[in-house]
Amino acid sequence: MRLLRELLFPLLAVVAAFIVGGIIVLLIGDDPIQTYRLLIGSALSWPDGIGYTLFYATPLIFTGLAVAVAFRCGLLNIGAEGQLYIAAFVTAWVGITFANLSGWLLIPLACFAAIFSGAVWGAIPGVLKAKFGSHEVINTIMLNFIAIALVSYFTQYYFKAKGDPIMQTGLIGRQDVPAGMEALKGLNAHIPRMGTFVHGFPERIPLNIAFIFALLACVLVYIFLWRTKWGYAIRATGANPLAAEYGGISVKKQIVLAMAVSGGLAGMVAINEVLGYRYRFYEGFSPQYGFTGIAVALLGRNHPFGVLIAAIFFGALTRGQLFVDIFTQHVSKDLVLVIQGVVILFVAAEVLFRGPFSRWGLLKRSKI
Amino acid sequence: MLELRNITKRFGDVLANDHVNVSVRPGTIHAIVGENGAGKSTAMRIAYGFYTADSGEIAVDGTVRQINTPHDAIALGIGMVHQHFMLVETMTVAENIVLGAEPGTTASLDLNKAAKKIRALSDEFKLAIDPNAVVENLSVGQQQRVELLKALYRQARLLILDEPTAVLTPQEVEEFFAILRGMREQGKTVVIITHKLSEVLAISDDVTVMRDGRVVGEVKTAETNAAELARMMVGRDVLLRIEKPDARTGTTVLSVRELSMVAADKTRRLDNISFEVRAGEIVGIAGVEGNGQTELIEALAGLLLPPAVSGATDFEGRNITGLDARRRKELGIAHIPEDRHRRGLLLDFDLAENSILGVHYRRPAVAHFGNVWLDEGAIRKHAEQVIKDFDVRPANPDLPARSLSGGNQQKLIIGREFDLKPKLLLVSQPTRGVDIGAIEFIHRKLVALRDEGCAVLLVSAELEEVTALADRLLVIYHGKIVSEVDPKSTTNEEIGLLMTGGKLSNE
Repeated sequence: MRLLRELLFPLLAVVAAFIVGGIIVLLIGDDPIQTYRLLIGSALSWPDGIGYTLFYATPLIFTGLAVAVAFRCGLLNIGAEGQLYIAAFVTAWVGITFANLSGWLLIPLACFAAIFSGAVWGAIPGVLKAKFGSHEVINTIMLNFIAIALVSYFTQYYFKAKGDPIMQTGLIGRQDVPAGMEALKGLNAHIPRMGTFVHGFPERIPLNIAFIFALLACVLVYIFLWRTKWGYAIRATGANPLAAEYGGISVKKQIVLAMAVSGGLAGMVAINEVLGYRYRFYEGFSPQYGFTGIAVALLGRNHPFGVLIAAIFFGALTRGQLFVDIFTQHVSKDLVLVIQGVVILFVAAEVLFRGPFSRWGLLKRSKI
Repeated sequence: MLELRNITKRFGDVLANDHVNVSVRPGTIHAIVGENGAGKSTAMRIAYGFYTADSGEIAVDGTVRQINTPHDAIALGIGMVHQHFMLVETMTVAENIVLGAEPGTTASLDLNKAAKKIRALSDEFKLAIDPNAVVENLSVGQQQRVELLKALYRQARLLILDEPTAVLTPQEVEEFFAILRGMREQGKTVVIITHKLSEVLAISDDVTVMRDGRVVGEVKTAETNAAELARMMVGRDVLLRIEKPDARTGTTVLSVRELSMVAADKTRRLDNISFEVRAGEIVGIAGVEGNGQTELIEALAGLLLPPAVSGATDFEGRNITGLDARRRKELGIAHIPEDRHRRGLLLDFDLAENSILGVHYRRPAVAHFGNVWLDEGAIRKHAEQVIKDFDVRPANPDLPARSLSGGNQQKLIIGREFDLKPKLLLVSQPTRGVDIGAIEFIHRKLVALRDEGCAVLLVSAELEEVTALADRLLVIYHGKIVSEVDPKSTTNEEIGLLMTGGKLSNE
């Protein structure tokens, strides 16, 4: 019953968004049914549709979790974008600097670097809030700009291949392979794609084991938040900081901890993007995963499993938008933006139906 | 003057008002009593247009009227003073009163005219309010009178007062009642919502008793008594007096020396406070709210720490001055906070999760591998135990704390803190907003804890509560302990005088 109530609003929001999108398609002059069939069909086809949908969903799972964990502590982490930028750069730096390590060492090291650097960048606004009470929204936004500028600087002046017109680092992993074995180039820093171990799944699809990590992260975040004393302290702080303090919980510590965990989760995007897909850092690699993560968390009701579903939904839209763009007469891929926007609008409007604002008493606040 | 006929109002699953009939005679003071959640405020808010009834009708002066908004109510001469004042602190009395009904033209504000009118009203009803005073400089009692003026300025003939005495000292209550009687003489009608029976008997002409959303009794005040009213309110016989044997005190548990506290705004909230609490006694702190009680309890609980707090605190002979809330709890200091919503509960968490607040990091709440993992089974069992021992209803550990009534929330907190087997209990407003049945229960538990040898420090705004429970009584005024009295041999009037900075004549 509780689960049903939790799901009701996100589902209603999605349905409403599709109806609004459909009306717009109709106004533009295409057939909504046809357009949606295209959108959904291309997102769910095997193996490409599913593969790309999950691939696009992977970074959104991480950023969605990042926002959700911070939110459970009562914090709004708008800084996932900066955190994943820092992490992506640091990951690439590890992949380049320790290029000659064995893959068994290099990949765990790079993964650790991704999480750790994201966590550090996330912890900064946490510390600022705990120490000086400065608001995390302001600081995370500011740190986004700083992060992006900082990594651009290092890329431009230290890690860009000479003459490369693109703002990007060199490739990660061992590059000086013996002649005739060029296929091994950089492999010691690459995490495997799904195609290497799923039968019948082509390796050209970039879906990689970072997706498995993302699934694991959902489970671990759930366990962390609801099954450990640390999670209890974080959630208590988010639910009522004064009561948490009364219960002997150090609110300041929880703020720093939650922001660090949040940043670490955002940093895991680098595993997918750098170690699993592009094999380098390049500026502009993120189509605002950090900000979309806020929407994902909102739609997923700040619950790890909700985030998973919401991220896959957003991944499917991302996958489908290209096909809508190409194969319809008039509708452009911006239809997906409309749908996303309306979803968020409706989910956000939920406040009107709940809690003290409820005029109709349709829904009562509940756990989870 | 005002009649509610068959008013029914439902909030979700809760039937807040079930065919409520109230008839207020003009020129009388009419009390509406009932426990929290009995539906008395809801009924009056419907009369004032805050809520609309699902069914039923309201008649004013014998004519059925539609009251959909407070505007409608005001137009009909109905005014309401809420429990929490709705005043802008930085503005003057006159500015506050005209707010929403500004005199003058659109472009200009004629405050002088308003001030003159307010002064006349203030004189007429002996309110002694200067229209040019800034609200934040007024005492709570004066602010309340500003609220009365606000209603009178809007030509209210009927005033609805929601728990008006909750924030007043005994003296202020007397003055306030004198004002109400004056208003009655001038032909005004007053409806007073309260759960204090002594006040009902002192001030009202008629009483309507409500329970569980229904009117269960309508009597003339002259023809009833406290016991009968209490029985109607609760539905059974209630022990109004606390029976307690003399305290058998033991060693000193808490010793506070020269405790001072300076707030962030540089105001001194606690001023050189020294006292002791021994095992097996209840030490009461009487005082008008806002005289440092909150700070004192929070400093002792470890929620306010140096450098804001100075002085020394010893617990069982050990200096605990610098210890935080968690360490103090571990030593055996339990704390029932004054505001259960602000401090005491995680309203969106279920009862089981609330039952481990403060001990969530240690056994039995955690188990396995380094005491990191919450042990759901143990937490549930713990919660069920607290729920059973303290009669928390409904007895379901999966319910969010928010869904419980105030009394049951309070019982959950008290149960949780008692479960710590404390050596010192800091307890603040233990029965605020709690119904009579639960008050009786909580009082008995506190006395039982004392008799087991726990030291209890009790703060309450209810003078009757502290005098009845405490073995020794300290009076706090402006952050200072101004006096220690024996609650048995001191009258409430004497204590009230001390609470407001006065001196007893024999001192």
